[in-house]
Amino acid sequence: MTATPAPRDDGVVDVLIVGAGPAGLSAATALKRLGVGSVVVVERETEAGGVPRHCGHPPFGMREFSRVLTGPAYARRLAARALEAGVTLKLGATVVGIERGESLVATLTDDGGLFRIEARRIVLATGVRERTRAQRLASGDRPIGVLNTGALQAYAYLQHLAPFRRPVIVGTELVALSSLLTCRSVGAKPVAMIEENAGPTVRRPFMALPRLLGVPVRYGAHIVDIRGKPRVERVSIRTADGSVEDIACDGVLFTGRFIPESSLARRIGLVVDPGTRGPSIDQFGRTSDPRVFAAGNLLRPVETAGWSWDEGRRVAGFVADDLKGRLPSADGATAIEPGRGVRYIVPQRLAPGGGGLDRLQLRVSAAAKGRLVARRNGAALASVALSAQPERRVLFPAAGLAAGPGPVVVGVEPLSRVTGC
Amino acid sequence: MPASDVAIIGAGAVGCAMARRFALEGARVLLLEKGADLLSGASKANSAILHTGFDAPAGSVELACMQAGYAEYLEIRDRMNLPLLKTGAMVVAWSDAERAALDGIEDRARTNGVGDVRRLTASEIREREPNLSHGALEALLVPGEHVIDPWSPFLAYLLQAKAHGAEIVFDAEVLGGAFDGDGWTLRTAKGEFHARTIVNCAGLYGDRIERTLLGEASFEIRPRKGQFAVFDKAAAELIRTIVLPVPNERTKGVVLCRTAFGNVLVGPTAEEQEDRERATVEEDALVALLDRAIAMVPALADVDVTAVYAGLRPASEEKGYRIRTLPERNWITVGGIRSTGLTASLGIAAHVFGLYGEMGRRHQPIADPVWPTVANLAEHRLRDWARPGHGDIVCHCELVTQREIAQALEGPLPPGDFGGLKRRTRAGMGRCQGFNCNARLAEMTAGRFAAPLAADEAA
Ligand SMILES: Cc1cc2nc3c(=O)[nH]c(=O)nc-3n(C[C@H](O)[C@H](O)[C@H](O)COP(=O)(O)OP(=O)(O)OC[C@H]3O[C@@H](n4cnc5c(N)ncnc54)[C@H](O)[C@@H]3O)c2cc1C
Ligand SMILES: Cc1cc2nc3c(=O)[nH]c(=O)nc-3n(C[C@H](O)[C@H](O)[C@H](O)COP(=O)(O)OP(=O)(O)OC[C@H]3O[C@@H](n4cnc5c(N)ncnc54)[C@H](O)[C@@H]3O)c2cc1C
Repeated sequence: MTATPAPRDDGVVDVLIVGAGPAGLSAATALKRLGVGSVVVVERETEAGGVPRHCGHPPFGMREFSRVLTGPAYARRLAARALEAGVTLKLGATVVGIERGESLVATLTDDGGLFRIEARRIVLATGVRERTRAQRLASGDRPIGVLNTGALQAYAYLQHLAPFRRPVIVGTELVALSSLLTCRSVGAKPVAMIEENAGPTVRRPFMALPRLLGVPVRYGAHIVDIRGKPRVERVSIRTADGSVEDIACDGVLFTGRFIPESSLARRIGLVVDPGTRGPSIDQFGRTSDPRVFAAGNLLRPVETAGWSWDEGRRVAGFVADDLKGRLPSADGATAIEPGRGVRYIVPQRLAPGGGGLDRLQLRVSAAAKGRLVARRNGAALASVALSAQPERRVLFPAAGLAAGPGPVVVGVEPLSRVTGC
Repeated sequence: MPASDVAIIGAGAVGCAMARRFALEGARVLLLEKGADLLSGASKANSAILHTGFDAPAGSVELACMQAGYAEYLEIRDRMNLPLLKTGAMVVAWSDAERAALDGIEDRARTNGVGDVRRLTASEIREREPNLSHGALEALLVPGEHVIDPWSPFLAYLLQAKAHGAEIVFDAEVLGGAFDGDGWTLRTAKGEFHARTIVNCAGLYGDRIERTLLGEASFEIRPRKGQFAVFDKAAAELIRTIVLPVPNERTKGVVLCRTAFGNVLVGPTAEEQEDRERATVEEDALVALLDRAIAMVPALADVDVTAVYAGLRPASEEKGYRIRTLPERNWITVGGIRSTGLTASLGIAAHVFGLYGEMGRRHQPIADPVWPTVANLAEHRLRDWARPGHGDIVCHCELVTQREIAQALEGPLPPGDFGGLKRRTRAGMGRCQGFNCNARLAEMTAGRFAAPLAADEAA
């Protein structure tokens, strides 16, 4: 067997950004605009832009370009803007590892084989993906035609192919609704939309879309069998009353239930938060290695492109400060922990001295009304009124929480219990 | 005289090794396979453990074939670029009752010639596997149990058979046939074929083939399903040694084991069923497997599931292999290769060639065989992505390159379906299960498969 060829050396850069999605591209652009010398974005796909590359639908770009764009147009603009700002883009280059010794050295592969880039700081912006059929442990055969929305979009907008004609759509997050439009664009007609819960994940008015398109929606539906060979032929669902019903179809689209693409973060030994499943960060986006930052949907499931873009830009500011030695030490950070009814919180830690992202982002685990309260040792520090659904953005002011010893727990409380703030 | 000396029915693990052995011995081989590709039956899904035979029935043909197969695999693997992930295995006792059973297992191992086994105390277990639950009381270490790539070897064997003249026909279900006293005429989905002798390696259909061609079956296949869950590669650093349970009457039990591809799998279940085709996964069983895995290695609770799958063991109403010859009908059946066929296949092939010789057949063995190599898919050895000129990465999770896919599609035995491409390259088998690459694979394979990925093509 031939030995592993020695990697080429691609020099030293100030900041290496992994992932050319909205977060990575905006971080890179901002870094150049802040006067940072060499900024390289590496992207494993041969085209920049991340997920929006294959979201053929609007609305993208309001925040960034003050106009409504389709995903691909938005992706192209983000990339053009980064190049204009002087960012170096390396496409078709996959980061396979990062050594975190005295210096940070990334190992990559592209068509030329292995190469290494040493960087003073690294920003991970590797995005999210959807939970697969396997991860959901859905029963049945494993035929052709079972996929996630990301793959459907790539079929439709990158390859101009249809993966199926009459799919069942699983889920009612926004991405499920977008998939109805994507199906339309390739001439596929979904036969049903099914949802585990008793109601939709999106706000009710959105459910006008399936109605308009004539796609029946079934709530409280659990998949008990997927059948077909070689391609999907039918799905059996158990409905709320316990009866089992067959739906003839030629595909199953598992939508949403996002998880951060944190495999690189894990592989290089960064602490990964079991709540978000992304790297654990402080308010400056610093991971458990303070030289490695993270931004965008890698941080949590899931936000919009615009939000990820904004986050990339803001984390870039912190990276630039750090390069000038102006960030406070990452040591002695206060842990911020999810309490009752809270699925996750990001940032997971606040370094002393304030600054950085000024709001905690969290999600509730079930629909909740009341107050969201931050407590240290039982004493309330801050609280806000709460009326939230799972998968919807909830924000909480971070100011002041870091002052004092011991972790802060943020949880949902009924109105009556809240005292002292 | 028939055009072929032997017709091997079935390109599973056993049929592929058989085709290679007969071709190397100079026989003119015809291999007929119902599926669109090799390993379309029982052999597509298993635990991928190369067994020592430490717990096999003493003195059995199965044990002899396993040990011969194991030895031959080690002997030829370098020449064919086939991996061996050296893990060793521990039979772990989790209760006093299981602990009491270890003596018997150790005795059996020694009787079977597996002399390097030794006992590990609870603290030795912990030292070796710090992430294993502290509930492990004692174990029997079997250093020779290892992990292989469950697919590439059989591709390599077929490539070698083909290089020595074997005719390999896919989509060729054997539907009927007749023996004229000298040879067989087989009626298949791909037309008629003639061969002097038949070697029935039809796995889950071995009894049906006997009934179809001989009029009656000497055994009955009773499919036994095994479900698995595969953990993300992050799990590979949590456990190195294969963790085997103390077996019970019916099965070897649930195993926790690294894969050659850098993951950790838990399984299989053992579920009897009538159906010979459907190997479904079921949520409840998968949840139970995951719970079992987490009970063994608690840190697995934080690791994602990458894949779930199931396979059907071609078990019969008896425990052992069902190998028999009918010299007067130029017939050999190799059936009931239930749960050790991956290991034993090369040994079974050599054994069966011996039986064939006893039927009076002689050929001129190939003096200087060619040794085709296959692409390495094992994570612990050099993969294509680390070498220049690979194009780009198509499947990001498994780091499968454009060049690897092109080579598989253009190779001497191109895949006949998407499953075949996955088994040759691992494309689409990683944590995102095609989120990133499925559409690109549809484009790269357009026009190649009877069952295409894109529905436009199907229409
Ligand atoms: C199917 C789907 C549909 C969506 N639809 C919408 C929508 O309609 N509107 C909306 O606002 N948001 C949508 N989103 C949310 C989406 O995540 C955000 O729009 C946005 O793309 C997040 O930006 P990001 O930069 O964090 O990640 P991404 O856009 O995902 O970019 C991450 C990039 O990192 C690259 N990468 C990952 N690992 C490596 C590595 N090791 N080496 C090199 N490169 C690497 C990836 O190839 C990718 O290009 C959708 C998400 C998905 C998955
Ligand atoms: C859950 C599980 C775990 C296992 N783990 C291990 C392990 O760790 N180690 C190990 O050594 N072994 C293991 N095994 C056992 C091993 O996988 C089997 O012994 C082996 O795959 C059997 O191979 P086969 O060639 O006999 O059968 P098959 O693979 O079924 O091959 C038979 C072939 O014949 C074809 N065929 C059928 N009918 C016809 C027809 N009429 N005409 C033409 N072709 C036909 C089929 O399509 C099929 O391809 C495991 C098995 C299972 C199911």
